[in-house]
Amino acid sequence: MKNIRYTSIEGNSVKFLALLGVYGFFILLGFYAFITMEHEGHWITGMTNQVIWGLPHVFAIFLIVAASGALNVASIASVFNKSFYKPLAKLSAVLSLALLAGGLAVLLLDLGRPDRLIVAITYYNFKSIFAWNIILYTGFFGIVGIYLWTMLDWQVEKYKRIAGTAAFIWRLILTTGTGSIFGFLVSRQAYDAAIMAPMFIIMSFSFGLAIYLLVLMAGYKWTGRELGDAVINKLKNLMGVFIAATLYFSMAYHLTNLYATEHHGIEAFVLMEGGVITNMFWYGQIILGAIIPLLIVYCPRPSKSRTMISIASILVILGGLASLYVILIGGQSYPMTLVPGYEATSTFADGVISEYSPSIWEFMLGMGGVAISLVIVTFAMKIFRLLPDSLSDSIAAPQK
Amino acid sequence: MSPKNTKPEMNETNKIDQYRRKLLGGSAAAVAGLTLAPGLILNTVQAKSADQAVSNKNRWGLLIDTKRCADGCTDCVTACNTEHGLREIHGPATDAQWIRNVTLKNKSTGHTVNMPVMCQHCENPPCVDVCPTGASFKRDDGIVLVDKHICIGCRYCMMACPYKARNFIHEVLTDQLPVAPRGKGTVESCTLCVHKVDNGDGTTACADACKHGAITFGDLNDKNSLISKKLEISGGRELRAELGLNTGVRYQGL
Repeated sequence: MKNIRYTSIEGNSVKFLALLGVYGFFILLGFYAFITMEHEGHWITGMTNQVIWGLPHVFAIFLIVAASGALNVASIASVFNKSFYKPLAKLSAVLSLALLAGGLAVLLLDLGRPDRLIVAITYYNFKSIFAWNIILYTGFFGIVGIYLWTMLDWQVEKYKRIAGTAAFIWRLILTTGTGSIFGFLVSRQAYDAAIMAPMFIIMSFSFGLAIYLLVLMAGYKWTGRELGDAVINKLKNLMGVFIAATLYFSMAYHLTNLYATEHHGIEAFVLMEGGVITNMFWYGQIILGAIIPLLIVYCPRPSKSRTMISIASILVILGGLASLYVILIGGQSYPMTLVPGYEATSTFADGVISEYSPSIWEFMLGMGGVAISLVIVTFAMKIFRLLPDSLSDSIAAPQK
Repeated sequence: MSPKNTKPEMNETNKIDQYRRKLLGGSAAAVAGLTLAPGLILNTVQAKSADQAVSNKNRWGLLIDTKRCADGCTDCVTACNTEHGLREIHGPATDAQWIRNVTLKNKSTGHTVNMPVMCQHCENPPCVDVCPTGASFKRDDGIVLVDKHICIGCRYCMMACPYKARNFIHEVLTDQLPVAPRGKGTVESCTLCVHKVDNGDGTTACADACKHGAITFGDLNDKNSLISKKLEISGGRELRAELGLNTGVRYQGL
């Protein structure tokens, strides 16, 4: 551990500039989508008065949830004092800030009145979990920013543990707040469940670590640095635990719903009759997002392949997007019951499953947010000394 | 929309009020002699001037008699649209509908009920609870409104409303009516014809338009009002009463 030297990446190569160019292209596309949606209004999107939140919110909430999870690696090092993770901590903090920035950008640019950002931060209704989230998100930038400072500057290093602990507690509260956006909604069958908050926390562990693994592997491979199996094995095993835990929470949520007759309708919709939603759930969230990654991570042969571990991480990310799609779009598509025992019909889609087809604008905006996150973390690697020169087994795990 | 926002118009409205007082005063004897509908008299008495703050002495509400609500009739919807300048623009998925006709059919008996559904003006409105900026608010007299000046268009209130009563403005609007300030990117819903309530009209566009007498507007806090008497005699249910929101709109015949 003593010999670890952190360096920034050179960042002058054609490949590096090309990478920034790709991110820039997606950011421009996202900005164009934002300008178009802002100019025309939301009628050009797939979002309606029935499916109120759409693909931008799937992306935004995914990135925000993943942001707090990406901080886990740093928390394990600073809060739980596991020295193995210390060389990995700086990237973890930067990645969490980058993901939050990307997610918030999507969320804010989808607002009906994005020009009123100043209103959003000057008028507070403290009974609103949304208002609390605005404080939690801005606070996260401040606290994780200070935590990062204690990791980068040896003069303030003595405060690292305190800052790391504060960041860890803050991120748990933050994801509780994100999950509670749905947990506190009494109106809809799919929401109004206390399990939403802890489920979002465990989802964040899984999504955040999957992104972290990919960024770490890409960062080392593309800069020609050595990344040993010790680091990869430890992180992929940890990811496996988080995937399993996410699966458990999802199972607990659906089993609880299945027990109560009043929720049979929404469960039948999500699990059997929901078309795209049902496919997203079984093929996206469960098979691609959980079972296959678990097999890759824990089966002896594929778990030794970096390519397979990358695939597992990508699948966790896609499965995560699918799971949020099921929660968000599925929860809104299913009709609310006005009077129990009665079927409702109206000109306003009462009693029917509401259709939602995401528009290209929403996809462009969402991808713009992803690109913002990636450009921040890529550029941060150039300007800060985030990564150890080498994470070979002899350096990362010298006891072996 | 909020009481504070009506202040700039106070002088002009005061003149109108003075004019109305003179008119009412001059014809007081004649009015007293006429046998008008009890609800109308009571509501006229309760009319407040523009400089008078909204008070929780009143709790405005609607009573819907579903037995009188005729199959296929859309008079209340048309009246609401005309009153507030709501038009067809890009189709039913994104167009604003402040009030809609819902047909309910009992799954086992086949019993069918028609009823209009609009903002239920809850005493404990979930939309107000979740609004991050406080743009969703409830007046002291129970009317739930959106302050269009501080609505950021996040639509969390629409997610929270148990009645799907809220609409997002999906496009640029032109030629809005003075009584219904509306604009792209903000959320809106039935205002319980707040402009009429504040003018002391004692009715709403939907109640006024219903030729079947299925909609009664009135003060739920006034035991002598027509709505309270009807509720006392025949009762009235809340939609999704299990949520405990104490709605200002009640339904009979469900």
